[in-house]
Amino acid sequence: MHHSRIALLSLASIALLTACRPQNEGTSTDKVSSATVPGSGPAATPKSEGKTQYFPLQSYRVGPYAAGGTGFFGGFIDYMQLVNTRDSGVNGVKLTWSECETEYVVERGVECYERLKGGLDGAPAAAMNPLSVGIAYALIDRATTDKIPLITINHGRTDSTDGRVFPYIFPLVLNPYSEASAIVNYIGQREGGTDHLHGKKIVVLYHGSPYGKETIPIIDLLAKNLGFVATQIEVPHPGSEQQSQWLQIRQIKPDWVILRGWGIMNPVALKSAAKIGFPADHVIGNVWSNSEEDVTPAGAAGTGYVSVTTHPSGRDFDVIKDIEKFVVAPGKGNLQDPKRFGSVYYNLGVVNGILNVEAVRVAQRKYGKRPLTGEEVRWGFEHIDVDDARLKELGALGLMQPIKLSCTDHEGGGAVRFQQWDGKQWKVVSDWVRSDRALLRPIIEESSLKYAKEKGLTPRDCEAEARL
Amino acid sequence: MSTDVSAWSQSEDVKMTRKTALSIAATVLVAALALALPRLVTDYVLSAILVPFLALALAAIGQNLVTGYAGQLSVGSAAFMSVGAFAAYDLHLHVPSIPLLVSFAFGGFIAAVTGALFGLPSLRIRGFYLVASTLAAQFFIEWLFTKVGWFSGNSASGVIMAPPLVVAGLDFSSPGGHYWLSLLVVVPLAILGRNLVQGRVGRAWMAVRDMEIAAAIVGVPTRRAKLLAFAIGSFYCGVAGALWAFAYLGTVEPHGFDLDRSFQILFIAILGGLGSVVGPFLGAAFVVLFPIALDNVAGGALGSVVDPGLLENVEKIIFGSLVILFLVKQPAGLARLAAIAWTRLCRVALRE
Repeated sequence: MHHSRIALLSLASIALLTACRPQNEGTSTDKVSSATVPGSGPAATPKSEGKTQYFPLQSYRVGPYAAGGTGFFGGFIDYMQLVNTRDSGVNGVKLTWSECETEYVVERGVECYERLKGGLDGAPAAAMNPLSVGIAYALIDRATTDKIPLITINHGRTDSTDGRVFPYIFPLVLNPYSEASAIVNYIGQREGGTDHLHGKKIVVLYHGSPYGKETIPIIDLLAKNLGFVATQIEVPHPGSEQQSQWLQIRQIKPDWVILRGWGIMNPVALKSAAKIGFPADHVIGNVWSNSEEDVTPAGAAGTGYVSVTTHPSGRDFDVIKDIEKFVVAPGKGNLQDPKRFGSVYYNLGVVNGILNVEAVRVAQRKYGKRPLTGEEVRWGFEHIDVDDARLKELGALGLMQPIKLSCTDHEGGGAVRFQQWDGKQWKVVSDWVRSDRALLRPIIEESSLKYAKEKGLTPRDCEAEARL
Repeated sequence: MSTDVSAWSQSEDVKMTRKTALSIAATVLVAALALALPRLVTDYVLSAILVPFLALALAAIGQNLVTGYAGQLSVGSAAFMSVGAFAAYDLHLHVPSIPLLVSFAFGGFIAAVTGALFGLPSLRIRGFYLVASTLAAQFFIEWLFTKVGWFSGNSASGVIMAPPLVVAGLDFSSPGGHYWLSLLVVVPLAILGRNLVQGRVGRAWMAVRDMEIAAAIVGVPTRRAKLLAFAIGSFYCGVAGALWAFAYLGTVEPHGFDLDRSFQILFIAILGGLGSVVGPFLGAAFVVLFPIALDNVAGGALGSVVDPGLLENVEKIIFGSLVILFLVKQPAGLARLAAIAWTRLCRVALRE
């Protein structure tokens, strides 16, 4: 009897498998959208054979982190939409994309990656942007094997900055160590110089996830170097309950609290800070605690709160104005709530779009004006050199910092500005604050070389590659 | 009179033989399909659907041994999975030359010890009280792996990476390799589990489940049976955790094995059918494959018209409704449904 049950079970599962099989052969029943035919059904998806570049989007629009997901992917999609409508694509190569919902959950992200990596209707995948450290970690091996760049803008695994060991991983603009270092430098500035940090008490309240934990060792090192006392306290995912953590903070009586939050954890932290009477302007939020969605729910408790940003919010940039004119006004905008246009997450999505598209453009210079493989786009990323002049052309002057990537440096930026919430909007309150990249580089290399040894990898010889 | 009996038994014999032949044919067919699958389906199906399906089915078998056969309610399966994954990883980290399957077995063994330890309260308490104490395992183990960096090789983010997937000199790192490796681990363990529940141990478990006092009176060593159920069930979960971490994701963090995962495994066991070794496979097929299939189909039909977030929520509603419908229509689970279907099939096939 049991034989028979096993038989039936397998038959049933195979039936289910065949049911979902056709989707994986490029007939595309994924959530397709393409700028050329906005809002149309998949039947109207343009035949893209040979003329489009595909961006697989592992997005998340439901679950506790939906605010980040919808804003970021909204900005990203709108920018690609803009490139298609205003410029007719990148040198004539149109962009196309499709979404797969991950809910910020690792195994769903892996499933989506496998589903989308093969391209769409013959359009090759340019790069992956999962916007989740957990998913990114799970994809490091896969993306490297499949030769698809894995972009983790403003987050990711810090030692992947070393492109010699991680050829396909790009923690663009700001890796977690640079971020932590810049925040400490800023606190130093506020105290009247980093030498004044000696003996100060700093609490780091971090999200209980690989993303949150990433900076523990570097904070400890900075504390040792600069002589401040660091206490790092974890808030379990999703972070809607923080009473005991703030009780502990009240006992410690720190001078500063660094908030390394994400999603719902941020407004709850601000409210809890207010409850114990901790001043909001001594809470410094990191780059994932810096959006309108993080402070608005906290109400008055958020006023005065300071956070890092790599890109100001607002609509006063040429590229954002162009998106308004070419994409949003004709009703093709991706955001459901038009008020979020120009918000922090949205603008980060736009910055991410600019860098992804720029990589394609740079790579086209070498490989020709055609859809490129992931390997070719990787070359493009490594040769991104966006200076102020180029930023002006892109309409992003003031929106992002100049950035230059290379084979050894997959980060490129490393500077942040600080902004303060005035109750209605973010006001930039500092100039660019640099991280201590010279201090960080040896630590990053030590870690990446350790990884290479564990995995049995030989680091690339960047100089030899440059000569080719 | 006597001729009647012999005639009856003769025809019954023929029927049994035919039925056995039918079973064997079906088994051969399934085995052939399992072996041919890597040629039939894409890498996506292999590495993103079949591997997690096999790993979760194995974990649900473990859950089923504890809950379905021995009748002990437990919600700590994901914790035991994480013990298996981390133990296998740590063994590999400190003894790099160890064969992969040995480290999997070691992971299972440590999980078994942990399981027996957290099964101790079952000697005194039962039902919902036992649920509460296994819940403690869930929270304690997750906390332990998060808090003590040693378990994750002191990696900054608490994420552990997979050792090279090599067994006896064969490289299993391709998508097909992941599938073969999972099959290589899951099928023998499933067969072993089936034999186990049909033997003395299984009968002791079922006796404890059906009426513990009666079992004790007729001489079943109930305490031993219960602890053994926790140990063996956790062994299965531990091996499944190692598979999940290394053959599927390639990396894992403690929070990957949170309470949600424990519930997922419990639901797989319940939906598939408690007290069945085949049930977990059916349950896992439903829980793993169905949402993905639904997402593919819905995305294709409505993806560019409807907001993706809304679509995702609708899919969740459909899945939830189906779960309720299934449990109302067939509380004994998919395994019973399949058994009924099989009986009907036999009846049709054996009709003269």
